[in-house]
Amino acid sequence: MHRILAIIERDLRRFRRSPTLIVVSMIMPLVQLVVLGYAFGGKVKNLQVGVVDQDHGVPAVKLKELCQAVAANARTFNTVAYPDEAAALRDLREGRISAVLHIPPQFSRKVLAGANPRVALIEDNTDQFAASALEGTMSQMLGPYNQSAPPPRMSAHATLSVVEVYPYVPYIQYLLPGTIVLAIFVSAMIGGGIIYIDDKARGLHEGYLVTPIRKFELILGFNLAGAAKAILAGLVLVTVGSLIAGIPDPLNLARLARMLVLVVATALALISMMFLLMVRVSDPLVPRATFGVLNTVLFFPSGAVYPIQAFPTWMKVITAVDPFTYAVHGFKELVLKNTGLLAIGPDLAFLAGFTVLAMVAATLLFRRTL
Amino acid sequence: MFDIEVENLTKCFGDFCAVDRLSFTVEHGEVFGLLGPNGAGKSTLIRMLTTLVPPTSGTARIHGDDIVRAANAVRQTIGVIPQAMTSDLDLTAEENMGIFAKLYGIPREQRRHTIRELLAAVDLAQWANKPVKMFSGGMRRRLEIARGLVHEPKIFFLDEPTTGLDPVSRVAVWEMLSRLKRERDLTILVTTHYMDEADKLCDRIAIVDHGKLVALDSPLKLKASIPGKNILEVSFAAVPPDWRATLQALPEVAEVKAEDHVFRISSNNGPRTTVELMDAARKAGVTVASLSVQSTTLDDVFVHYTGHQLRDALQAPDAAASPFMLRH
Repeated sequence: MHRILAIIERDLRRFRRSPTLIVVSMIMPLVQLVVLGYAFGGKVKNLQVGVVDQDHGVPAVKLKELCQAVAANARTFNTVAYPDEAAALRDLREGRISAVLHIPPQFSRKVLAGANPRVALIEDNTDQFAASALEGTMSQMLGPYNQSAPPPRMSAHATLSVVEVYPYVPYIQYLLPGTIVLAIFVSAMIGGGIIYIDDKARGLHEGYLVTPIRKFELILGFNLAGAAKAILAGLVLVTVGSLIAGIPDPLNLARLARMLVLVVATALALISMMFLLMVRVSDPLVPRATFGVLNTVLFFPSGAVYPIQAFPTWMKVITAVDPFTYAVHGFKELVLKNTGLLAIGPDLAFLAGFTVLAMVAATLLFRRTL
Repeated sequence: MFDIEVENLTKCFGDFCAVDRLSFTVEHGEVFGLLGPNGAGKSTLIRMLTTLVPPTSGTARIHGDDIVRAANAVRQTIGVIPQAMTSDLDLTAEENMGIFAKLYGIPREQRRHTIRELLAAVDLAQWANKPVKMFSGGMRRRLEIARGLVHEPKIFFLDEPTTGLDPVSRVAVWEMLSRLKRERDLTILVTTHYMDEADKLCDRIAIVDHGKLVALDSPLKLKASIPGKNILEVSFAAVPPDWRATLQALPEVAEVKAEDHVFRISSNNGPRTTVELMDAARKAGVTVASLSVQSTTLDDVFVHYTGHQLRDALQAPDAAASPFMLRH
């Protein structure tokens, strides 16, 4: 036990004296949270839409007024009037505007006759996000326009009423669980990957191996020391990240305690995975080269940035065995839904099982000699 | 019982045997030097004896314990200073010692006392609380020597402890080792490239080449064992044309090399050759400008046994040379 503590003590003393490493392992995920959270989370605004009115009737004018109302309030788009369609389409192709709303001749007449009136939205679909935002707003805009006549007493149309169980979750909050796991991973990668291999290459491990320390003491020492640093990174992200992302009641002690349990389970799983990957490596380039690939392979298929349900089958296989998936799911439950530990029981069980398997495999592969 | 007994110890990597059926013994209290060209197998031998590398065949016992079957007992008995400097740069001298004292399971009270005593013994007491990254190479090496003694080992292994140090630090390290050996009743096995050090400090020297033992004796006997025990370096003001042949004909002369008026004469009996040479010079009317007589050095012994050939051989890349590592 003394020997395990000696290894941990040494690692933590060094950690305390390398402020740069502490900052890197915690600041990087926070920066990612803020940048990604706001880069993807915001609503699309101020698109330029050209309007070609070939009708000039009252319903057409009303439609243009609705467009201006959107431009003034939701500001999804601004309208630019064009005298003819050719000029508008030329500007669309040259990227000066994002779409052309075409009100054809006879539009007003068809509206008044109830004869299937149509307007066309010719859009630049190279940007899917902008295009779908535009389509959504236009469809909504046409909805009340359609209901201008008094509705019949009885309607055969089925409607869907949506009930939202949780308050609105901005994207930055949706991203927070993944970011917490990422911070733990970065710490595991630096502590369990880069520093571990650097120490080995410098011969520091040789110093350990000539002492009577046992194999399992050495492995446990390395892993617990790495986990301690990763837990610290996780806890900073849990608190600071919650404050930055604007999670309601961010310092709720009961929830923080539950998060601590999950932080510990995640840190142990990721550090033991890293140790297993690095157990036979001696070249300091290897952990650095694998850092980016591992990050991509583990982070993105975990559902941290996009719903798992949208993934192709082969990626779902990665998702199923990726410890990130369970950690991210657990943090989503705790952060976004404020559930109890019972709700994340399966996640904790997977992470614990993963830790045990990785540690056993690493112990079998670890060599007590050079 | 010998402190170190090595019997047919062999380590092969594929077809190549770094250590090939080596056998020798080291008595208690000896300073045993291991010399050999680069790649001769010295480090592999030390690594086997310190339980870091398992042997392919053969056995070795340290203080009676088998290096494979009783590896942990061996580890408790030995202190090891590896070739690379392995102290932790971010930690202070005292912390470095403390961690290793804990790894050896030394109780807290004894720990504090031993660390203080050892740091004083290697003249680092005043730097005990300074981070090792501020230490010079010599200070780091001394710290590592103190660290290797923290559990009071009986047998001390040092792999090139003075390589890369300036002459003053080298002398300091060796003086410290001699004193510690006396005070702590140590047996020391050391490898070095510095023949003068080995000559002065080792009781016995083993010369290893191609993984095999080529000579083993005290420095004095080793020097006596090779032909040409003395080297005379003599220069003359002016010499007659067949002067070299005259010198070669002098009694006890083994070999004469000449460069202008300077001659280098290997002799089996320095004093006698010197007297005869002065006689011959006087008779021929040749003026001796300078004369020096040198004894055979261990360098000569080393070259005699291992040859002049450079040992260029490919080896596994050194991970510590990677440009990708963090600081230090």
